[in-house]
This record gives sequence, C-alpha cells and structure tokens, in this order.
Amino acid sequence: MTIDAWLKAAMADAEARKLPELKPLLETLAKATALLRQADVNDDAKR
Amino acid sequence: MMTIEEFGKRLRAREVTAEQVTESCLQKIGADNPRLNGFILVRADDARREARERDRELAAGRDRGPLHGAPISVKDLIDMRGLATTAASRVREGHVADRDAAVIAHLRQAGAVIVGKTNLHEFAFGTTNEDSAFGPARNPYDDSRSPGGSSGGSAASVAAGMALATIGTDTGGSIRIPAAACGLVGLKPTIGEVSTDGVVPLSRTFDHVGPLTQSVADAFLVHHALLGDHIASQPAPMPLHGVRIAVLRRYFCDVLDEDVRARFEEAVARLRSAGVHVDEIEIRHADLISTIYLHISLPDAAAYHAATLDSMPDRYTPNVRLRLEMGRAILAEDYVRAMKGREVVQREIDAALAQHDALILPTLPIPAPPIGATTVDVAGKPEAVRAMMLRLTQPFNVGGHPAMSIPAGTTRSGLPVGVQLVGCRHETDALLRLALACEPHVGV
Repeated sequence: MTIDAWLKAAMADAEARKLPELKPLLETLAKATALLRQADVNDDAKR
Repeated sequence: MMTIEEFGKRLRAREVTAEQVTESCLQKIGADNPRLNGFILVRADDARREARERDRELAAGRDRGPLHGAPISVKDLIDMRGLATTAASRVREGHVADRDAAVIAHLRQAGAVIVGKTNLHEFAFGTTNEDSAFGPARNPYDDSRSPGGSSGGSAASVAAGMALATIGTDTGGSIRIPAAACGLVGLKPTIGEVSTDGVVPLSRTFDHVGPLTQSVADAFLVHHALLGDHIASQPAPMPLHGVRIAVLRRYFCDVLDEDVRARFEEAVARLRSAGVHVDEIEIRHADLISTIYLHISLPDAAAYHAATLDSMPDRYTPNVRLRLEMGRAILAEDYVRAMKGREVVQREIDAALAQHDALILPTLPIPAPPIGATTVDVAGKPEAVRAMMLRLTQPFNVGGHPAMSIPAGTTRSGLPVGVQLVGCRHETDALLRLALACEPHVGV
C-alpha cells in the first residue's frame, strides 16, 4: 500500500470515527513512515 | 536526605531506626506532596508497621541486606497485591492487583519499606507527567516545571526527600529523563534483565524496570534487589586509567541547550583529566532511530489498549488517546520494517561499544521544560518538547543496551543536567562499576 493511499484511508477513518484531532498526527506519521520505507535498512525482493 | 548506603551504615550502627527514617519520609510527604503531587497513594500505616518489623528483625539478628528497612517509593504502574495499579488513568478505575509484581516480591524479600505509589504520565505514555488522571507531578527544583516522565512522580519523591530511592519503568527514557530533570541517578538495565511481570506494559519490545536513586552505589544496590539478589555487596569502582569512552557527536550533540552542552563538555574534560581515553564515534543510522521507535512502540501500545480504546475512549486523557489511535493506523509491513531497522541500530551500537567501555552523551538536550509547554527554544529555534525529551534516550531502548543518567551539575538557573553512560548489552554491572568511578568527575 502506498503512503498516499494509506494516508487517505486513515484520514477517512479518523473522520468517520469523529476524531478530527487525529488528522494532523496522521500527516506527521505519514512523513515518518516515508522515511522508514526509504531507509537503506529495508529488505528488497529484487536484491 | 541520606542515601541507602548511608542509611544502611547508620541503621547497623544503631544511630537510626527504619521507623524513624520512614516517619521522616512520611512527614516530608505530608508537607510537600500537596505541592509536588508525586504520590497517588501513600501507605502510611503499612509503611510504619513494616518499618517496625524490620527494626525488630534486625534487633533479633536477621539482616535482609542493603535495602533492609529502607523507605522507597514505587511507580503506580507496578502491581502490589491488594492495591489498585492506577497507571494514572481513569481506565483502571476499580482495579485491584491480585498479586505482587516480580520486582515487588523481590523488594519485600530485600526488606524495603514501600511508602507509596507514585504519579506518572498516563500509562507511561509520555515524557512530562502532565497527562495524568491525578494531575501533573511537579519538579522539586522549580514547581512550575515538569519533573520529566513518565516516572515523574517517582523522581520528585526522591529529589524532595519523600523516599530514599524509587522504582520506575523506561520504554523510551522514562527512568533516565526524570532522573536527569530532577538531579538523580537513573538506571535502565539491559532489555529483559529485570522482570516486567506484573508491570502494566507500554511496549513489550522496549519496556524496562529500574531504579532512580541518589547515587550510583544506591543504583547498584536497588538494581540487584530488583533482580532478587538482595545480599549483593558494593562493587569496586573500575579504575579510570586505560578506560576508553566514546562521545556520540553527530545527531546526539547537534541540538543541545547551551548550558546542557557546557555541563556535558566540562564532564568529558574532567574524565579526560582523570585518565579516561576519549574518542568520538558515530551511529550511522542515528537519524532513523526515532522513526523506528515510533513504528514499534505505537502499535505495541495500541494492541494492549485496543479493547478499552473502543469501550471507554473518554476515560483516556485526550493526548494519550490520540497517540494510541495513531498506533492503530500503522501497517504490519511498516512494523516489520521497523523491527528490521531495530536490528541494524542494535548492531551499530554494539559495534561502537566493541572498542570502548562505554558511550557518553547528554541524557536530556534541554533542562526540565515548563509544565504545559509544547515547544521550547533551543539555540534560537523552537523544538517540540516530546521529541527533545526522547531524542537521546530512546536509542538505547531500541538497542536494548544498559544506560544510566548521572547528575552533572546545573544550568545557570539552577536546573539539573544529566550525563548518560551506555554499556554493552548484558553487562549492566560493568556499566555500574564504570559509573561509580565516573560519578565524582561527572558531577560537581
């Protein structure tokens, strides 16, 4: 799942559960998750 | 306030009794706890009775060891049979522990007198002790400031003389952060070394139990009591000549309050003068550590709280609830990536320690922050309090290495500063012996 797709789904879920205060935290989390996925510590099925 | 080591000597010399020193702590609690809010529960009558029993035992020739009769406090995240473990949360209303946590059983066997259970950041999920169902604990050095967290009430209890030592937990720094903020020694042992059985979990991957004390010698004694080794004798300090310590510079010293930086550099210079060989070293993936920590600790916490987040969400303080909800959004694949990253970071810290006896860095980049602050000014730039508080401690929860904070003087405004020493995994005693030798040089 891409970060964009994940964030969109997570924001919609926060909205549906009446937790709008969660949205800015999810945006921050998305940036952290992008960093984690870009890191050179990850496994790669092509390598 | 006397240390546990001094108390033990005076107790056995018949200069004081456990009952007298316990009573003195209870009087301090009565006088200062309304202002500092360090305790959630005070066991005044039980503590008096237990202290009298310890005195009778000693008079009859039964000596349980270094903690015999010593009044200490315990973070209210740890089960004591017959008492609520509130975790500073309304979610736990009505809870009564049906048995002692393993560490409480060990403390009782060691003869410690537990005077009460201390305030904390709700479910240990925060670094300032502000989000608590019982209100914030306050720093004895300046009660408009946080004592640090999450073991903030624990630190306040010892710094204010309401207990001789205390037991905290540390998932991202929750022993070392309040120790540094309140001018105490704080020890996080190696991961898995001290039992967490009977302790409300935050992240089972990163949770540790350990002491906050007034000296390194006391940290050794209490740590060994927590292990069930309550007749441990004091170790000899490690000779400093020939010791090799590595300063972590890049990332770890990039963002520091001016006074914290000054006290840290002075401590390193004094160690060098004492014969320590000081190198500088890097942890290659240091910048990634907070991201790894986030993607493991949040889902760990969310899994534990899932049922109550759904059934009683309004019983959580708003900030803690939101952070737990964040954890529910993290994907399994990202958790696995973070676990892989954790192994990499652990190996990098191991490698840094392969040629050194310890790593050294500040414990907190900033002094105790004002209660309610979300950002603080560091070198002219606003920085988020939570990120600052965790920045230098969480790496060693990710790595699992033993780490301890030692007092290193104060800022110009009189707030404590801590310096952190980190040792090899499974070699907590070696770290304690080194810290014993470094303590007079690091402090002033």
